[in-house]
Amino acid sequence: MDLAFTKEEVAFREEVRAFFRDNVPPDTRRKMQEGRHLSKDEMVTWWRILNKKGWGVSHWPKEYGGTGWTSVQHYIFNEELQSYPAPQPLAFGVSMVGPVIYTFGNEEQKKQYLPRIANVDDWWCQGFSEPGSGSDLASLRTKAERKGDKWIINGQKTWTTLAQHADMIFCLCRTDPSAKKQMGISFIVFTMKSKGVTVRPIQTIDGGHEVNEVFFDNVEVPIENLIGEENKGWDYAKFLLGNERTGIARVGVSKERIRRIKELASKVESGGRPVIQDPSFREKLSACEIELKALELTQLRVVADEGKHGKGKPNPASSVLKIKGSEIQQTTTELLMEVIGPFAAPYDVHGDDGSNEAMDWTAQIAPSYFNNRKVSIYGGSNEIQRNIIAKAVLGL
Amino acid sequence: MDFDLSEEQRLLKESVDGLLTDAYDFEQRKKYMKEKGGWSKAVWSKLAEQGLLGLPFAESDGGFGAGGVETMIVMEALGKALVVEPYLATVVIGGGFLRHGGSAEQKAAHIPGIIDGSKTFAFAQLEKNSRYDLFDVTTTAKKKGAGWVIDGEKFVVLNGENADTLIVTARTKGERRDRNGIGLFLVPASAKGISRKGYPTQDGLHAADISFTGVEVGSDAAIGNPEDSLALIERVVDEARVALCAEAVGAMDESLKETVEYIKTRKQFGVAIGSFQSLQHRASDMFVAAEQARSMSMFATMAGDFEDAKERASAIAAAKVQIGKSLKLVGQQSIQLHGGIGMTMEAKIGHYFKRLTMIENTFGDTEYHLRRVADAGGLI
Repeated sequence: MDLAFTKEEVAFREEVRAFFRDNVPPDTRRKMQEGRHLSKDEMVTWWRILNKKGWGVSHWPKEYGGTGWTSVQHYIFNEELQSYPAPQPLAFGVSMVGPVIYTFGNEEQKKQYLPRIANVDDWWCQGFSEPGSGSDLASLRTKAERKGDKWIINGQKTWTTLAQHADMIFCLCRTDPSAKKQMGISFIVFTMKSKGVTVRPIQTIDGGHEVNEVFFDNVEVPIENLIGEENKGWDYAKFLLGNERTGIARVGVSKERIRRIKELASKVESGGRPVIQDPSFREKLSACEIELKALELTQLRVVADEGKHGKGKPNPASSVLKIKGSEIQQTTTELLMEVIGPFAAPYDVHGDDGSNEAMDWTAQIAPSYFNNRKVSIYGGSNEIQRNIIAKAVLGL
Repeated sequence: MDFDLSEEQRLLKESVDGLLTDAYDFEQRKKYMKEKGGWSKAVWSKLAEQGLLGLPFAESDGGFGAGGVETMIVMEALGKALVVEPYLATVVIGGGFLRHGGSAEQKAAHIPGIIDGSKTFAFAQLEKNSRYDLFDVTTTAKKKGAGWVIDGEKFVVLNGENADTLIVTARTKGERRDRNGIGLFLVPASAKGISRKGYPTQDGLHAADISFTGVEVGSDAAIGNPEDSLALIERVVDEARVALCAEAVGAMDESLKETVEYIKTRKQFGVAIGSFQSLQHRASDMFVAAEQARSMSMFATMAGDFEDAKERASAIAAAKVQIGKSLKLVGQQSIQLHGGIGMTMEAKIGHYFKRLTMIENTFGDTEYHLRRVADAGGLI
């Protein structure tokens, strides 16, 4: 047992840090520190810088542009990226559909899609959830019917994150209505510019526009846009969702936010002194830091285990990551609210592109608090995570 | 970065787990607790035979030169089996003072007796009003000739009833809460002027309140600098805290296992109660708490070797906070999920709960350590 990073790993951390310092556009960093939404251009610009460096799709196999890093290196990279902070690669392309395509797609599809995912020439979105299918995803009803050399797609997706920017969608569609729930589903990709695709924004409680409803009305999709085998889509979806086990803890994000809490709490006053000097506040903050330290160690246990024993058999501790990671993220946003107190109230109007530059940065703290309620809901709600632990780990 | 045990460490774990599986089930434990002094000399001898009492001592002192990870392995195993023998008091704390502060003569005089199991130790530190502050000392040690005279009262001294040798904190100069002027003294428990009032503790261990009235010891009794031993005390108590974290992890693992087994087999309304989602979610929360505790126990184990004393102290305090929170959740929910049977002395689960609860209140509880972390400016 040795919990210290090796010399090589420390040097790697320095290299990554230096690259971020020299290459992340300062405005992008500042907006993220202040909890603002970035415009599409700002995000794509950064991702292309990352891709040019060869780090855009770091965890992909080398033949498709990956880096061949160890699992500890991936951990360090993600943690530094989150805590710098700079935008993480677009998950829908890089972490979700990309691995499905290089694992289950044909050569044609790999050639067509992978380089464009890496350079964000296509912005991808995820067509999984439906109005009636949240945690019970396999009950989805969007239909794809085969007609000649086309799929005809009808139905509705929802919670489609950043679909307003998207060029492409990967979609779970029911292709065999007579099969049992999980069996008749296929994984189909198509352009959002197809006739019959309508995107309607959903305004969330933070006032922002992150998610959308997407409607399909007789959308015609070429038959070759099926990924893998027909009716095997559920397997690919499970593969996709199981792929990013460790990133979900978002330790770096919470670390960055704790630094911000400390910075603000040294400036904002309460009772005639900075909030940070209030012992009860300090203890609450320390309690959160301790939880985060424990989570970081738990995450490292999972990472080290994967590095040594492969990803085949997940470490039971990995199921802790989503629950604790989301709880801690939420706590940090609560503490920020507590720091600014009455100045949480002013409301900022978002621009059409989802960005918001206009107002004082404190105006982002309440929205960030509201927005972060989502983290214990998405990606399998924390209640679903508890079901998973009970069944898969404890055998209940 | 490697969380796996080495081959040797794995073998150690197998051997200590094996020994306790054979010698320390719940019924055997009850018998040991009824023996004179409240623990089993036979078990203690077995621990000595397997080399477990000599683990942390240098090879030159007759030990095995093992490190923090080995102690963690042993303490986890002791926690799983709810062992009542005085490993913490003797090997971790008594041994710790000798290893880190003992002179060559002191080591030669005391370490062999620990390793062969013939002698046990107790740390007489807590005072009526000191609570968790290690520097809050009113017991005095006054110079007399070349030696010292000790006067004062110590409370809840673990293994104090049975120990052959006491290690006593006493003030050689200064005021009650001064950080300077604290000494550490090796005192034979049989010394004239010592009066011990022994009793069982809530968790089935044994402790004593001990008064010292004009107890005379020689100049060779002081460990380290008799006017400035606080850093040594803090170091060894930190090691004891780390050991307690590991013991708690072992006890939590076993509590969770027992509880999950119970709700799988206990039937109500015609089904196993573990099929109810509300109970499943509580069991999942126990699992999460136990894993977070395990992570911090490992962190604390590593922190024992940190060069920077402040960093070490914060890390170990943080671990004690996490362990305190986790053990409360795991302990309380273990009882709740067991229902009525969990309230009885005949069920094993309550004994885990009691031990876990006492661990929280040993060498600083959650609130105490949280304040320490906060006062040090946090961890990030």
